[in-house]
Amino acid sequence: MADWRVQRKARDARIERGRAHAEGKVVSASAVVDLLEAVLLPGDRVCLEGDNQKQADCLARGLSACDPARVHDLHMVQSGIVLPEHLDIFEQGIARRLDYSYSGPQGARIARMLYGGQIALGAVHTYLELFARYFIDLTPNVALIAGVSADRDGNLYTGPNTEDTPTVVEATAFKNGVVIAQVNAIVDRVPRVDIPGDRVDFVVEADRPFYVEPLFTRDPAAVTETQILMAMMAIKGIYAEYGIRRLNHGIGFGTAAIELLLPTFAERLGLKGKIATHWALNPHPSLIPAIESGWVEQIHCFGSEVGMDRYIRERPDVFFTGSDGSLRSNRAFCQTAGLYACDLFIGSTLQIDLQGNSSTVTTNRVAGFGGAPNMGSDPHGRRHPSDPWMKAGEEAGGTGDPALRRGRKLVVQLVETFGDKLVPAFVERLDALELARKLDLELAPVMVYADDVTHIVTEEGIANLLLCRTLDEREQAIRGVAGYTDVGRGRDNATVESLRARKIIRRPEDLGIDPLDADRSLLAARSIKDLVHWSGGLYEPPAKFRNW
Amino acid sequence: MEKLTFRHRTAKPLPGTKAQAITGVVASGNLEVLMERSLAPDECTVEIDTAINGYGPVWEAVVSDFVARRQPGGLRITINDGGARPDTVTLRLLQGARLMEAV
Repeated sequence: MADWRVQRKARDARIERGRAHAEGKVVSASAVVDLLEAVLLPGDRVCLEGDNQKQADCLARGLSACDPARVHDLHMVQSGIVLPEHLDIFEQGIARRLDYSYSGPQGARIARMLYGGQIALGAVHTYLELFARYFIDLTPNVALIAGVSADRDGNLYTGPNTEDTPTVVEATAFKNGVVIAQVNAIVDRVPRVDIPGDRVDFVVEADRPFYVEPLFTRDPAAVTETQILMAMMAIKGIYAEYGIRRLNHGIGFGTAAIELLLPTFAERLGLKGKIATHWALNPHPSLIPAIESGWVEQIHCFGSEVGMDRYIRERPDVFFTGSDGSLRSNRAFCQTAGLYACDLFIGSTLQIDLQGNSSTVTTNRVAGFGGAPNMGSDPHGRRHPSDPWMKAGEEAGGTGDPALRRGRKLVVQLVETFGDKLVPAFVERLDALELARKLDLELAPVMVYADDVTHIVTEEGIANLLLCRTLDEREQAIRGVAGYTDVGRGRDNATVESLRARKIIRRPEDLGIDPLDADRSLLAARSIKDLVHWSGGLYEPPAKFRNW
Repeated sequence: MEKLTFRHRTAKPLPGTKAQAITGVVASGNLEVLMERSLAPDECTVEIDTAINGYGPVWEAVVSDFVARRQPGGLRITINDGGARPDTVTLRLLQGARLMEAV
C-alpha cells in the first residue's frame, strides 16, 4: 500500500516535538533555540522571513544560535538577505544552499562568500519569481515569519508591513510545512487578522520589536538641480506625452524629484488628473505634497514605510487599509499590480550598456534586483488596452498586420550620466558580465534587458528607444544622451542630430525646458520638515531624518 | 590638484554690461565660477583649479560646448572645482552667463 501521508506525518511529528517547548502555541523568547532545534531537520528548506523591510530578527538570532551538529545544511529560500545572521548561518554550517531576491546591505559579503564557496547559490530571483517557486519547486518545510501581535490561537496581525508574509504562509502551511511566527506582543484579541490562526503553529513573543528598514525615505534637501531638470523632462516629455496615469516609481532621488514636482511644475502644465493618479508604490513620504494637493486617487503598497503609519490611517481613500485602520500591504499582489496594471515603470540604475541593458551589480557586490526586473519589463500576458500602452506599441511598430500589434509597457531608466565619485553610468560592457564569469554563473545578473527598456532620461535629454529601427540607431540614441562619458563623447554627431530631428532624441530645449529653470524652489517640499508640515503633522520621520 | 587653462575665440561678445558675477560654492561635488568682463570682446579664457586629476579631456569638451552655445566673448572665467560632475559644471557656467547678461 502506498502511503500518501508521509509529509503530513512528518509535519505532525515536528509539531509534536516543538510542543515540548511551548505552552499551546506560545513559546517564550528564551526557548527559541530549543524550539528550532526540535522542529528543524538537516537539509530542510527554510524561509527565514527577510523582506525588503520587515525582518524576523529574533528568529534569525535563534537560528544562528542553533547547534550545527543538530541543525545543518539548510536550504534558505527568502526574498531578502538583510541581517548579518542571514549569512552567519552559512559560515556556521547551519545553512548551505541559498535562493534569494535582494541583498542590499549584505551584497558585498554575499559576493565574498560565493567566491569562498561558503554558499551554494541556486539563483538570484525577482520577488514574484521566488514567490512563484515557493509553490512549485522551492516550497518551504519551515517558515519563520514576523508579525506585530498574535493571540494564543495564532491569529496574526502583521501591522502595516504585511509584505511577503501571506505568500510565505500560503506556500508553507498548505503543503505540510510548519509556520513559526515571532510577534512583538501576545494579546487577547488582535486588531485585525492578517493570517488566520490555523495556519500558524507556534508564536514566539520576541525579546524586542522586529526591525524595519526605512528604505523609501528620500530627504528633499538632497535633491539636486540636475535631478530636478531630469524630473521636468520626464514629466513633460513622457508622463504628459503618453498620458501616464497608472505607474510605479523606483526609490532614487530622481523619482523623488518627480513626486515633488507634481504639485508645482506639473500642476502649472495643467496635468493634474491627467497623469500620476493610480500607483503601485510604497508609501513614499515625498509623495505627500502630491497626495495633499489632490493629485493621487489611489496607491497599493508592497510594504509600508517607517513614520508613515499615522498619515496613512488618516487617508483611507488613498491607501488600502484594514478594518483596524492601518495599512495592508502585500508584496506579491503589488508586484503583480505593477507588472500588469501599470503603464509605466521609471527607476534608476548604476550601469547601462550601448544597447540599453542595465544592471546595479558591480564586480564586488551581488545585491540582486528585488522587484525591478518585473516592474521594468513588458508583460507579454497583458490583454487590456490603455492609451499609453497602445501609443507605445504603435511607436515600436514592427512588421505584420497592425491589427495584431500588441501594446508596450513604458520602461524608463532615469539616470545621471555620472554617478558617485564621477563613475560613468554608461559603459561599453556591464560589470555584471565580469561577475558572472568570476562566479561561473549561468545567467549574467541583468536588471532590465535592452528589449524591455523604452526610454532613457539623462540630464542631456530623452532617448526614445521605441522609435529606433536599427541597432546602430539605438546605440547612437544612447550615446546621444550619455553626456560627457566616454560612451557619450564617442557619438557620431551627424547621426545624433538626425535622431534629434526624428524626435528619437529630445533635448531640454526641444521640450521647451530651460535648464536654468531647474531650481530647488520648484520642489513642493525642500526638507523632511516641509513634508511633516504638508502632512499636517501626521508624518513622523525616523530620528535619522530629523535635523531640527 | 590640477590646473587647466582653455582659451577660445568667439564670434561675438556676451551681451549685457555686468562686470562680474559668481555662482556656485566650493564644496564636494560642486564648484564656484567667477566671471569677469575683462578681455577683448572676441576672447574667452577659462582657468580651472580642480580637486580631481585626469579629467582634462572632459573639461575641454564641457568648456568648448559652453563657448559654442553661449559665445561668452570678453569673459575671463575662473573655476574652483570640488569634484563637480560635468552636468553641474555646465549648469553653473550657464547660470553665470545669465547673470552677466544683466544690464
